Amino acid sequence: MTERVARLRAGSLETKPWLSLERARLLTEFYRTSDAALSIPVRRARSLVYLMERKTIYIGSEELIVGERGPAPKGTPSYPELCCHSMEDLEILHTREKISYTVSDEARRIQAEEVIPYWQGGSMRDRIFAEMTPEWKDAYAAGVFTEFMEQRAPGHTVLGDVIYRQGLLELQADIDAALGRLDWNGDARAWDKQQELKAMRIAAGAVIRFAERHADLALRMADEEPRAERKAELRRIAEVCRHVPAHAPRDFHEALQAYWFVHLGVITELNTWDSFSPGRLDQHLAPFYEHGLAGGTLDREAARELLECFWVKFNNQPAPPKVGVTAAESGTYTDFCNINTGGLKSDGTDGVGEVTWLILDVIDEMRLLQPSSNLQLSKKSPDRFLKRGLEIVRQGWGQPSIFNADMVVEELLRQGKSIEDARAGGISGCVETGAFGKEAYILTGYFNTAKVLEITLANGRDRRTGKQIGIVTGDPREFGSYDELFEAFRRQLRHFIEIKVRGNNVIERLYARYMPAPFLSLLVEDCIANGRDYNDGGPRYNTTYIMGTSPGSVTDSLSAIRFHVFDRGTASMDELLAALDADFAGYEKLRLQLWNKTPKYGNDDAYADGILRAVFDAFHDEIDGRPNTKGGVYRVNYLSTTCHVYFGSVTGATPDGRRAWEPLSDGISPTQGVDRNGPTAVIRSAAKLDHARTGGTLLNQKFSPRLVEGESGLEHLAQLVRSYFKLDGHHIQFNIVTAETLREAQREPQKHRDLIVRVAGYSDYFCDLTPALQGEIIARTEQAGF
Amino acid sequence: MLSNGHTEASGVIFHIMRFSLHDGPGIRTAVFFKGCPLSCWWCHNPESQSFSPEVLYSVDRCRLCGDCAAICPHGAIERTGERMTVTGDGQLCATCAAACTAACGAEARSVAGRTMTVTEIVAEIERDVVFFDESGGGVTFTGGEPFAQPELLEALLHACRARRIHTTIETCGAAARESVLRIGGLADLILYDLKILDPARHRQYTGGPNRNILENLEALVAAGRPVTVRIPVVPGVNDGATDVRAACDYLAPLGLTRVDLLPYHRAGAEKYQRLGREYRLERTAPPPAAAMAAIAAEMEAVGIPVKIAG
Repeated sequence: MTERVARLRAGSLETKPWLSLERARLLTEFYRTSDAALSIPVRRARSLVYLMERKTIYIGSEELIVGERGPAPKGTPSYPELCCHSMEDLEILHTREKISYTVSDEARRIQAEEVIPYWQGGSMRDRIFAEMTPEWKDAYAAGVFTEFMEQRAPGHTVLGDVIYRQGLLELQADIDAALGRLDWNGDARAWDKQQELKAMRIAAGAVIRFAERHADLALRMADEEPRAERKAELRRIAEVCRHVPAHAPRDFHEALQAYWFVHLGVITELNTWDSFSPGRLDQHLAPFYEHGLAGGTLDREAARELLECFWVKFNNQPAPPKVGVTAAESGTYTDFCNINTGGLKSDGTDGVGEVTWLILDVIDEMRLLQPSSNLQLSKKSPDRFLKRGLEIVRQGWGQPSIFNADMVVEELLRQGKSIEDARAGGISGCVETGAFGKEAYILTGYFNTAKVLEITLANGRDRRTGKQIGIVTGDPREFGSYDELFEAFRRQLRHFIEIKVRGNNVIERLYARYMPAPFLSLLVEDCIANGRDYNDGGPRYNTTYIMGTSPGSVTDSLSAIRFHVFDRGTASMDELLAALDADFAGYEKLRLQLWNKTPKYGNDDAYADGILRAVFDAFHDEIDGRPNTKGGVYRVNYLSTTCHVYFGSVTGATPDGRRAWEPLSDGISPTQGVDRNGPTAVIRSAAKLDHARTGGTLLNQKFSPRLVEGESGLEHLAQLVRSYFKLDGHHIQFNIVTAETLREAQREPQKHRDLIVRVAGYSDYFCDLTPALQGEIIARTEQAGF
Repeated sequence: MLSNGHTEASGVIFHIMRFSLHDGPGIRTAVFFKGCPLSCWWCHNPESQSFSPEVLYSVDRCRLCGDCAAICPHGAIERTGERMTVTGDGQLCATCAAACTAACGAEARSVAGRTMTVTEIVAEIERDVVFFDESGGGVTFTGGEPFAQPELLEALLHACRARRIHTTIETCGAAARESVLRIGGLADLILYDLKILDPARHRQYTGGPNRNILENLEALVAAGRPVTVRIPVVPGVNDGATDVRAACDYLAPLGLTRVDLLPYHRAGAEKYQRLGREYRLERTAPPPAAAMAAIAAEMEAVGIPVKIAG
């Protein structure tokens, strides 16, 4: 890496995240003074103009790619229209041990005097909680599910190739054409569409203006710059910012800068889950790279430096601060932008190209938390692509993760996407499948299936509080068979899914009505043509997800009941329930039977894996295909981020022998430490889940560094990946680090500040994780070679 | 009984280990036969030596709950101080269904060895065919000594060949010549252990003679079978100058394509405790890398294609 990149990288790593109230202050000022008679979309768009006209413009001393969301790197804004932090929230953000944000006295004053008085009671968070039913609130409080939209806007948004073909000015022309086509006498929604399209037009102008302000600043800085070399760079920056994103980029530098301005536009407009992502970056950049090389205006090293400057920009934008349950389910600075490499082109050919190799080198060299990165591995991808990725993986900092590109296509095809749109898709966030640039695939919350089993065993009561929050499905002591128990579980599952879906349907309408995202909308295909917002069914595809969690813990628990209570009679149901109520105090012998002598998921055991399939079917069949409010349908996926720790903390002792409040299993990985037949057995078990009927699954494996040493170690890892994908697995990721190293890092965090580990769909600094999550990662079975 | 009226071959297996990476090419499943004619001091699978099932006991996991004593049909388990011990000579356990191991939730008691049929073993092997296909792997029959259960080994080799699964036999060579040549001829690769050339010291450290072992190796090589010789390098046992020179003199003329040196390790030491047996190499440390390199160099100098594994 060049000295410039090294300094920019170090600056980004050393700067602690801090809360910037600039956006909140400007937004409040706008809403106080703007015309309340404006339509909601137009007012939202005008607020973006207000922000982009006034926010601090920052160009770092050596930067080539410019623009920050906050006033300076790591300055993280808040979004009071979504979530208006209380003064206590700010104190928590400032002082909490993990994932803290420095909050200055001045920020506190602005929050107290300007932001809270205007937004309190009127944020989306307030609206949502006001609209939810008592049943929803009970289930939410009990930890049956989480709600993604209570502090952040709908997201999982990935850009396609539009900005590389069209500048925002051309998109404005498209908008004008759509306005001209409105059918005022035949379309009852013509006015709504007009307002939305006008809003998109205004929002495009806001981001063009934002870029121009960078051009102006760069020129001013150039005038004052004594060094000739930097002066020329600043002039070049000004030229680039003058051209993009108003116009389509002409070269590699402009392509990166165009994306970055658009990225900042999206994440300034709203705090979208998973920020925003360039998707198939290698494929989008390939024509510019080749053109630059052919014309002699670019070489590999210059392209690498630009890419590395681009990488630093992502790392400068920590996730906006989260509080409460949202902080617990996603406790990280990572904002989940995930760069896809390789995969297929939309014509079905292998997508690996020169820029792919370049990006892999950049990932390897930069070792940054953000952006996250992944390999899209198709059966058509060359082995050297996989091995190059694994070379980076085995250094043990958890990137890139590896996806089965052919499976991603199959999942999208099953959902009704066209073959071209499916091939141009990929994953975002952790493992979530989407048709890039054409789909709103909204994750709405994690669903705690283990908690539902607990409630089933308590005949509808929450054992933690004693409150009846589920339906009465019968006293389990009266059940004559396992099937009766499973049927009760299924009914309880349906009950809570109904509650979650009803809540979702309300929240979707609240966002459609009150929180349109006109800038994001003009970037996602068919929103302009449909004259509808991203949050209101504008995109070509609209999918709503509920995320299943901890199938490992649930499978093992059901297996334990079936095996010990109904098959073997090791324990009666009465005894088991008493043991769970006592958190196994006085029942250690039974707990050991449950933990050690039960067929468990992850061991390629037909008994346990059959239960896994039944659990999956019950969850899937209850959700998949339900209509959402946007003309699309519901789907499921399986991931947990850090939510298995939160869900564990509200779930008492489970029949698999897990003690109360401990983490549940993560993603679709086996329960920590119960997989004892090695990685091939884990892979075979995980492959028994029908990945094609999901929108993504997450499998974690921990390997000792010795196992992956040398060329043969690399080959064995590659063979495991290829085998899992042959069996139609969706995704696998590896932690290459010994349990001993992790324990050492717990003891002496100061010596291991740089230790990055794979958590669950993303990587994080080990020392930033909560002790519970640290323990959970240590407990995952470390696979050794034999 | 099979449909054709024959009884299916079966035998005693003490472990089937998947994702085995060091006993033949690719990702393999290792099938461990129980029972061995030798009893080498350094054996890291001491539970492989006896032909009968054995119960292993880990005192550190034992919670002294006494369930094993209560369930033992022979009344042969009793508490002695801070551990549960088996009375008598342990022969009772060899024919027992080992109910004590099933009852032990703490997993302090486990059984090594169960009778399995060819069908059952092949079903386990076939689980990982996708990994074999992807990696060029297959199955390795090891032990114990696979040739000590010749009918089982032969039937398994036929079954795997029919399924086009790559087969490897790992053997100590102490077996009947006829078996080694005929059954060994069914395998794609033979990993052949060679310990000590000196007959007296071979007998001392392995419990058996080496003449037959050496002759079997020569016969396999003469028959053109693909053989890799593997030498465990055990400090103080076979790493002396005389031993190394003897190995060189013996191996060089055989014209082998591969010889692996396996550095002694102590992974099995704890198992002796669990079996209630004495580990006679308590004071032996693994050989330093430099010592291994020196031995390898000496062998290479006489044209032996040697590799240090482990």
